[in-house]
Amino acid sequence: MYAYDEIDRTLVNERVSEFRDQVKRRLSGELTEDEFKILRLQNGVYLQLHAYMFRVAIPYGTLATNQMRALAHVARKYDRGYGHFTTRQNIQFNWIKLAELPDALEDLAKVGIHAMQTSGNNMRNVTSDQWAGVAPGEIEDPRIWSELIRQHTTLHPEFSFLPRKFKIAITASDHDRAAIKIHDIGLRLIKNEKGETGFEVLVGGGLGRTPFIAKTIKHFVHGRDILSYIEAILRVYNQYGRRDNIYKARIKILVHELGIEKFSREVEDEWQHIRNSSLQIDEEVIEDIRSRFTYPAYEKLPHMPDELRQAAADPDFEAWRKNSVAPHKVQGYSIVTISLKPTGGPPGDATAEQMDALADLADKYSFGEIRVGHEQNLALPHVAKRDLPALWKALDKLGLATPNVNLITDIIACPGLDYCSLANARSIPIAQELTRRFANHELANLIGRLHINISGCINACGHHHVGHIGILGVEKNGEEVYQITIGGRADENAALGTLIGPGVKFDEVADVVEDIVEAYLALRERPEELFMDTVKRLGVEPFKERVYATR
Amino acid sequence: MPLVNGGKITDDRFVKLAVDTPVPAGGDILVPAERFLGEAEGLLKRAGKVGVIWPNNRDIAELVPHLGQIAAVALVFPTFRDGRAYSQARLLRERYNYRGELRATGQVLRDQFVFMLRAGFDAFEVKKQADAEAFMQTAKRYSVFYQPTGDGRITALHRRMQLRHSEGVGT
Repeated sequence: MYAYDEIDRTLVNERVSEFRDQVKRRLSGELTEDEFKILRLQNGVYLQLHAYMFRVAIPYGTLATNQMRALAHVARKYDRGYGHFTTRQNIQFNWIKLAELPDALEDLAKVGIHAMQTSGNNMRNVTSDQWAGVAPGEIEDPRIWSELIRQHTTLHPEFSFLPRKFKIAITASDHDRAAIKIHDIGLRLIKNEKGETGFEVLVGGGLGRTPFIAKTIKHFVHGRDILSYIEAILRVYNQYGRRDNIYKARIKILVHELGIEKFSREVEDEWQHIRNSSLQIDEEVIEDIRSRFTYPAYEKLPHMPDELRQAAADPDFEAWRKNSVAPHKVQGYSIVTISLKPTGGPPGDATAEQMDALADLADKYSFGEIRVGHEQNLALPHVAKRDLPALWKALDKLGLATPNVNLITDIIACPGLDYCSLANARSIPIAQELTRRFANHELANLIGRLHINISGCINACGHHHVGHIGILGVEKNGEEVYQITIGGRADENAALGTLIGPGVKFDEVADVVEDIVEAYLALRERPEELFMDTVKRLGVEPFKERVYATR
Repeated sequence: MPLVNGGKITDDRFVKLAVDTPVPAGGDILVPAERFLGEAEGLLKRAGKVGVIWPNNRDIAELVPHLGQIAAVALVFPTFRDGRAYSQARLLRERYNYRGELRATGQVLRDQFVFMLRAGFDAFEVKKQADAEAFMQTAKRYSVFYQPTGDGRITALHRRMQLRHSEGVGT
């Protein structure tokens, strides 16, 4: 956990009072809606279909239990008793009242939570691996660097009015859980031959209307230079990124239009001017940030405790354990993923009661720490293996033990037409129907790892391009039509999915997914060949034939 | 439109010239970039100071040879969501060591004052009278800054280092 010091607290409080003044000026008419729009967006406030939506940052996906309780409090006091965890380690509240927003922000500020730059054309919440600091084989805890970059990008005097939004993600593991290749800047923490910490820097990834997988701009930037290198990228982007067309304003388009070689030369030129400046980071600065992260005092525990051995006789426990529990770097401990994808539920939603109860469980079983992942699930990062059976029982009572992590019903979906003013089609009802179709755990388990991602419009908040099966809702002649892609992925081998054919109607989507899955089960060479591998081996053709043969 | 200079609302000594306005015999003038570059020699010979209005889509490096001779640079925010002039301002101050008046023009609201001050602006053509009057108060809104810029304000990181060292000495 990172603990705010007085300096961080002061800044957040100053921000709350500034926003209070801005809301006051809006309510009095001193600010026009057009002027206020930019200001509220910089504080995570959108105007949606029915009400204002409020997006709160959970930097690098780490939450302390008092912070989780504060989120529950906001859900209860200012909203309708629930919140929605997003694909970028944020939580959204959908029914907030403008006049009450400053109070909600103030309540959150007390526990070191803010909503700065969770929307708008600025540097968004810095995201990272939800298993940071606990994943086996990690190079080092990427949250130290995430926090350094969080601070540097907060209220940046030069880059708060960029051509478009700007997202940075960091991973320190070989297996990329932070989806860095679909970010404006992706950072992969590595060591050079001398054992020094640095980053492979990727740039220009992103989804939306024109998706791109990020390209490597520099193979190694030393840790001490990372802020100046990021600053150089941003300075080039701020000056030359397109501002004439909102759909061409992301850095991915600039990188694409200039080509990565020319773009990287521009950045290199700029960087040479600023790398030996006060942006250079001393080891001491890193040490200071590191010192404000606290780590649990782990016990020396057996690899296989009796409690776990006994619980293994219960098939329900085993079903959950097999997909929700992952190895921890410390023997005797586990990382537990908590599915927010119950059968028939909207993906990523949690009620205030669930948030509070989860905070209690984290205090009891996970050293007071909770994580949020981009798959819209939560995690308890430090659970002693002996506690797994008791934790499972408690989660089950809360409706938080759906045994579907990484299975076909672990769906990513945007809010879609049920909430969003940009959407063309519904997303949540599609997800809900799919979770019902594949509710049978044996079937889901037989299918194995398969990610379905659903977006309700071309902006791709539901990451449909990188779903193993991607579903994109569009509007055609006043009707919702869904385009299906297969073969996308968001990990270290990130790829964009391929369209299988003409769009299908709302009522047909679940049938089409069933057809694709049946085709896969018939085509796979052996049970261990995952859906992704079958698609890779055979291409989209056999799936296309199956889906459209009878349509 | 009120001008804030040196933290106070002041009269604007500069007269803005359009591309084709005749040049007045005396007095301080602000001239569009294109015209300035074309007529620099003649304009600089006049009595009276010369400033340049520099658009946000033109490389600021082009102005560098003239920086020693001009009294003001006015950068443009066509809308306050267009932030290109922040980069131009920092380059002028931090890379090219420009020390004359650096003026923010266009859609300038109180909500940008802190960013603009940090980027090196010291004069502001403020759109609304109430915002101009609130300048000093708004400029003091923040006491914590995470990024180093040329304005010399101490950053959070450095404050922490100072605290660490002073604690180290004290114990």
